[in-house]
Amino acid sequence: MNKEKYKELTSKIVPKEDKTKNALVAFLVGGLVGLLAQVIVTVLENNFGFYHKDATSVMIVLLVFVASLCTALGFFDNLVSKAKAGLIVPITGFAHAMTSSMLDYKKEGLITGIGTNAFKLAGSVILYGVVAAYVFGIIRYVFFGG
Amino acid sequence: MTIKFNNVYVKAVSTVAGKDEKEGTYGKLYDVTYDDYYAGCDTFEQAEIKMISDSVDVVTKKAGLLLSSIDTLIGADLLNQITPHAYASVKLNRPFIGLYNACASLTESFIVASSLLQNSNVKNVLCNVSSHNMTSERQFRNPVEYGCPKPKRSTFTVTGAVSTILTNEKSKIKVSSASIGTTTDLGVTDVYDMGSVMAPSAARTIYEHLTDNNLKVDDYDLILTGDLGVYGKKILISYMKETYGIDLKGKLEDSASVIYNRKKQPQVNAGGSGPACIGLVAFTDVLNKMLTGKLKRVLLVATGALMSPTMNNQKLSIPSISHAVCLEVE
Repeated sequence: MNKEKYKELTSKIVPKEDKTKNALVAFLVGGLVGLLAQVIVTVLENNFGFYHKDATSVMIVLLVFVASLCTALGFFDNLVSKAKAGLIVPITGFAHAMTSSMLDYKKEGLITGIGTNAFKLAGSVILYGVVAAYVFGIIRYVFFGG
Repeated sequence: MTIKFNNVYVKAVSTVAGKDEKEGTYGKLYDVTYDDYYAGCDTFEQAEIKMISDSVDVVTKKAGLLLSSIDTLIGADLLNQITPHAYASVKLNRPFIGLYNACASLTESFIVASSLLQNSNVKNVLCNVSSHNMTSERQFRNPVEYGCPKPKRSTFTVTGAVSTILTNEKSKIKVSSASIGTTTDLGVTDVYDMGSVMAPSAARTIYEHLTDNNLKVDDYDLILTGDLGVYGKKILISYMKETYGIDLKGKLEDSASVIYNRKKQPQVNAGGSGPACIGLVAFTDVLNKMLTGKLKRVLLVATGALMSPTMNNQKLSIPSISHAVCLEVE
């Protein structure tokens, strides 16, 4: 049996993932995270007298902290495996990727373990995030006058 | 390539398993079980080393042998440099052979051990295979606390270790023949779909074993594959029919599909995997059935995906290998 024919055989048997359900769950959970973030920003602005720019920064720090704490307490991975992209795409996923990598290599030392592996998953997000920021920054500067 | 043996017998077996396996189908049949992934150690890797020593302790006790009467240890696991066995073998302090054929290692170790036993000065060979869910996750996939979503076709690495002492003294269970498999690659690149990766090599080994021995599927009471998972098992059945015209006709069982209670343990998805998977089924339920006369001739086909994250990132497909060992009741 050649590779193409074998692929045909396996694709008939191996089940497909339920993309609609996954997308719906991600949409709802991701939306809830967004809603939570907006509530934090609004409360900070109205009740604590923060400027909008500062309020958003504080909100990001809060979400990163909560996500990392939940990862460290050992239950965020169970939530991620259920909510999938709903928790991975927002900033919570970024914090979780870093904290879980660091936890994983804790026993291998501060430098060789945590230091080397902290960005194992999140490194590419930072790299391409910075590259994208430069590219779009240049486009904005050249075509739209900054 | 099939070899026949006339003087190789199973003297004793031991099975140790983790918490998920304890909750699985054969949870009560294991010699030792642990309540968490650490087994009282600091790290998962050290826990795997402990499982290996524990299972060796149990098997030597069951066989009534001292470690000093074991002529050679053969060990295999999934980690780079076969680390758990390398470290366990220091403590065990006996001549040691380390093997790697991923999840096909159990039958591979039987083939090497049986061949060694053809020398009259080798009396007892101890084969041990182990796997640990968390150490494999760390090495092959993502950090364990990441909880990366798994598709339905994925399998769950078994936590456990299986020891067997093979000897040239007569016992109830004989290792009568073995077939060395050939590495097969049908172009599957999906790291979550090990069933599709391994089914063709299992089919080829079963076919070669049957033709070399001039036997039919009906001559066996059971053909037990390693860790194809529920979908891999179905693929093997249709692939076998289409390619070799052989119907496995209800004689086929797959360890991965039965080791867990898939309804109560949805996290395992398509079933178990890992070198210990076939051992935890074969040397509990299947061996009991052989000893009570319900099964007479059983073919163990351990299936291994020779997956390397490096080669997978380089877009190469995953090769697989399966070795078969025939156990008979004397």
